[in-house]
Amino acid sequence: MPTASRDIIVSNSLGLHARPAMQFVDTANRFHSRVTVSKGGEEPYEADGKSVMQMIILAATQGTPLRINADGDDAEAAVNSLAQLFADKFGEE
Amino acid sequence: MEIKKGIGVSPGVVISTAVVLDAENLVVPKRQIAPADVDAEAQRFSAMLAKTLEDRTHLRDDVAARQGDQIAGIFDFHLGILRDKSLIDQILAEIRVRHSTAEYAVSTVMHKYADVFTKMSDRYMSERGKDVHDVERELLRRLIGQNRPDLLHLTSEVVLIAHDMLPSQTAALDRTHVRGFATDAGGRTSHTAIVARAMGIPAVVGLADITAEVNGGDMVILDGNHGVVIINPDEQTITEYRESERRRLKVESDLAALQGLPAQTLDGYLISLQANIEFPEEVDDAIHRGAEGIGLYRTEFLFLAKEREPSEEEHYGAYSDALLRLKKRPLVIRTVDLGADKYTQGRAANPERNPFLGNRSIRMCLHDIPMFKRQLRAIMRASVLGDVRIMFPLISTLMELRQAKMVLNDVMEELEDEGISFNRDIPVGMMIEVPSAAIMATQFAKEVNFFSIGTNDLVQYTLAVDRTNERVAGLFCPGHPAVLELVRDVIRKGTRGNVGVSMCGEMAGEPLYTLLLLGLGLTTFSMNSPDIPEVKRIIRSTTMEHARAVARRVMSFDSERQVMHYLRDETRKIDPEAF
Repeated sequence: MPTASRDIIVSNSLGLHARPAMQFVDTANRFHSRVTVSKGGEEPYEADGKSVMQMIILAATQGTPLRINADGDDAEAAVNSLAQLFADKFGEE
Repeated sequence: MEIKKGIGVSPGVVISTAVVLDAENLVVPKRQIAPADVDAEAQRFSAMLAKTLEDRTHLRDDVAARQGDQIAGIFDFHLGILRDKSLIDQILAEIRVRHSTAEYAVSTVMHKYADVFTKMSDRYMSERGKDVHDVERELLRRLIGQNRPDLLHLTSEVVLIAHDMLPSQTAALDRTHVRGFATDAGGRTSHTAIVARAMGIPAVVGLADITAEVNGGDMVILDGNHGVVIINPDEQTITEYRESERRRLKVESDLAALQGLPAQTLDGYLISLQANIEFPEEVDDAIHRGAEGIGLYRTEFLFLAKEREPSEEEHYGAYSDALLRLKKRPLVIRTVDLGADKYTQGRAANPERNPFLGNRSIRMCLHDIPMFKRQLRAIMRASVLGDVRIMFPLISTLMELRQAKMVLNDVMEELEDEGISFNRDIPVGMMIEVPSAAIMATQFAKEVNFFSIGTNDLVQYTLAVDRTNERVAGLFCPGHPAVLELVRDVIRKGTRGNVGVSMCGEMAGEPLYTLLLLGLGLTTFSMNSPDIPEVKRIIRSTTMEHARAVARRVMSFDSERQVMHYLRDETRKIDPEAF
């Protein structure tokens, strides 16, 4: 099964709060692949990228490094789309 | 009789019976089910979830239709929770593997999330714990089959007393029966306060222990104008409030007659009455009550409703909505005036020790130019849609004003480069609400097109009184001679410098001060729209000559007591219905 992953840094000023988290989940749900988002550091956590509750638990404020992982036949495309959301700062700017 | 003081977050007065919602955390008994019943229980949960999702979606659409997308946005996250497959799977596993009842499964799983959210250091994220709690309660209520005894099946008018109103509860209130509400918790900028204002229901929050003090069925007076709740009032107090309520209704009924009439003194001087608003939707009511325009559009709501910075498009959407409703009438947009409030202080890495003297309002904007520019761009883009004017709040030095104007110029140049049209001659004004600005009004007049006197902050900074602090609130008085001297000088200096002077603070809407302000030469008053008819009636009942005489006399007094007594007597002479 193909896998893909990408390291990103949360750059929008409010971090991964409710609205961006929902945007992320909505996008992740468009793909078949299993999507997870992991955070290292003092409180490592792996969130189900299709769960808005778990995405909030990441407490990913501005500057937090995250890794997006996808696992499935459309893994590469999923990771690309999801990383793009961060690059676009979730339309915040 | 007992008087409780809180924070009035939505104006109006109501005298009615109390319904108390206890701060019940619907206690769920731990209960196992037989392994054979697991499928049925899982089925029961899934059916209830689907129904809740459907109802909540309707509620969202309903609120969107009635109050706009901004307020409805509060519910989007609730829908996100209800659709969270991972969460649902955890609840189902709890039922299937541990043979829990659906109620117990929901409660255990969701509590865990709510706890984690609540403990987060980021204030915005920790607030989401409340949303989880809200959804949990909704699911439990349905599962337990316990219909809320409350809001949906009321038969008489009530005042609702609760620990805290959840956003969904506030929005679902039956307005024909719920006439107001009072809560233990909450602040001026809470979701609940914002929604209550939009719905026009009087509300007082931050009452600490009102739920413990009031019993269901008690008579209460809820005074959203003064942030007071009176429990079991005595006859005299009820009579006084009834009397003022009667006068209010009378004024309302005179409204139709007054609406089309100009705010003109008996000797022919025309005064412009405008309205203060927070939501574009309020424009309609303002015009209905006789406002000639909007003298103060507070743009903080855009930030508070979503607890994040609005995008340029969201700013633009709100401004163009207001302009469309105004049909060429003027709109004074005040750039964002945040800082000394829960929203910003709660999110700040280092809360300030003295936020009212800190990084607030224009200072905050000048510290965050990209944010400031986004708002200014939206205002400038909207400037071609109607009579838009721009106003900077809390200016205290000339440098600040010049910096703000420079940023505005940058924005104009950028728009020009991008070929986007805007009104280059947009009137630019400033609030006069810091004593330093009032004292230097002559110099400021050379650099702006208009002044607007903000009396709430001007009084606070001149008299060093925080009026939300009940121990000193009694010292807060716009009629203090020092404040009046500043107001007089600002009007005088502005008029000599050929800049328009208006007042948008609460003083402008208080009938007690109408004669005085007229006499001091104020020609534009901006106020909450319910105050317009009464102020207009006083203007139409006097002459400028008389108002000037009153003002001269007032300026000779040396105490606010004399000022207030004299103004009360003089106003009653010309308008016996006043107060």
